[in-house]
Amino acid sequence: MNAGAAPPLALVAELTHRCPLHCVYCSNPLQMSPRDAELPPEIWMRVFREAAALGVLQTDFTGGEPLARPDLAELIRAARDAGLYVSLITSGLPLEEKRLEELVRAGLDHLQLSFQGAREESANEFSGARAHAQKLRVLKWLRGQRIGLTLNFVLHRRNLDQLEEMIALGEASGAGRIEFAHVQYYGWAFANRERLLPTREQLDRSLAVLKEAEARLLGKIRLVHVVPDYYAKYPKACMGGWGRKILLVTPSGDALPCHAAQLLPVMRFENVRDRNLREIWESSEAFRKFRGEEWMPEPCRSCERRAQDFGGCRCQAFLLTGEAAATDPVCSLSPQRPRVDAIVAAANAAPAAACTTTDWLYRPNPPSNSA
Amino acid sequence: MTPEQHRKPRLAPGCRMNDKSQQPRVLLMPEKALRLNGPSLEIVERCDGKHTVQQIIVQLQKLYSKGDPQKVEDDILGYLALLHEQRALDFE
Repeated sequence: MNAGAAPPLALVAELTHRCPLHCVYCSNPLQMSPRDAELPPEIWMRVFREAAALGVLQTDFTGGEPLARPDLAELIRAARDAGLYVSLITSGLPLEEKRLEELVRAGLDHLQLSFQGAREESANEFSGARAHAQKLRVLKWLRGQRIGLTLNFVLHRRNLDQLEEMIALGEASGAGRIEFAHVQYYGWAFANRERLLPTREQLDRSLAVLKEAEARLLGKIRLVHVVPDYYAKYPKACMGGWGRKILLVTPSGDALPCHAAQLLPVMRFENVRDRNLREIWESSEAFRKFRGEEWMPEPCRSCERRAQDFGGCRCQAFLLTGEAAATDPVCSLSPQRPRVDAIVAAANAAPAAACTTTDWLYRPNPPSNSA
Repeated sequence: MTPEQHRKPRLAPGCRMNDKSQQPRVLLMPEKALRLNGPSLEIVERCDGKHTVQQIIVQLQKLYSKGDPQKVEDDILGYLALLHEQRALDFE
């Protein structure tokens, strides 16, 4: 079933782990790629051509902060020339209007601007940087550009009560799409989890607010909502299934089935410097490991939802149970669900407003060299 | 929402078709791709801000002259409404 596996929809290109922000829930791994290990532009360009040949339709440029690469416009042009739809996922720093115009001219299709909230002071606290005012400047510049725009708000215990303000900011921005994405607990977010996990009361209120906004904005703005899966009854179809939809390449060229996969034990990842993308996708050990259903334990193996959620998230299973092949423990059918219930109970032991700590573990910058 | 006949649908910012040389033809948009074939391709190719909804209907009724004209019209209006909800179309 692997040779001839259906091609991925998207290539996620993590161009660098360098970033001017230090978000407390950053999805980058704790072990980041150093600057001197980053792929040079000519290898990325080959990867774009190999991706298009494999049948990939879209590429998401992300990081770290892709704007940290001076060759970004060149990379956008190369990906477009290869036939890909190009999205830039960015914090908006460091950026000037002239450079934005250059990126659009190079063929950028869509820009996703991340926000840490609607209020400057707390947004800057969560990102460990004076970033919020610059994002508002970028929104102003984008008004003159005809490209797709998504605003992405990362939601958690400390900003969920600003939801109406975030919706208003999104509505006024001219964006065609707004993503409200609850923090997912990997990497830096896992380390800061106690301070980030919302209460049940906060979550229920936010769901009602979003439902109303979704109906009101239908046809004007597409709202996308990613729920905090610790509160879900069934797991998310992580990455649309392992090795099914997404191929991610790290700044140093490792090809992964998801952002967090490097935390899984005894998993060897191939590098795009050494092997063609098609071979990696179709036949590398890492991509085959949890593809399909053969690896599944019970209760997944005989579950009627197995083709819907694919057993959930392998990284979450490993982080919470110590076993990468276990059923995702957020699933109400998992024998390990009590572990998640205990975490959720602890988060609900005190009201959200009682937590005002500024004692965060901030994501640092990657080292500049491998040594 | 039923699109009005005199309006001119146009692909929204961030939405475009892949290149003519690429197969299969798809409508690309943020985090999504819709496969286009037969009638859906004929419709999307005309969402250029120049054709009115009515012109698209008339042209496709000619193209699919064996089909029931009312059904062709209903299908087009339904598809345009769907694209609009997905935020893939503006009506000018």
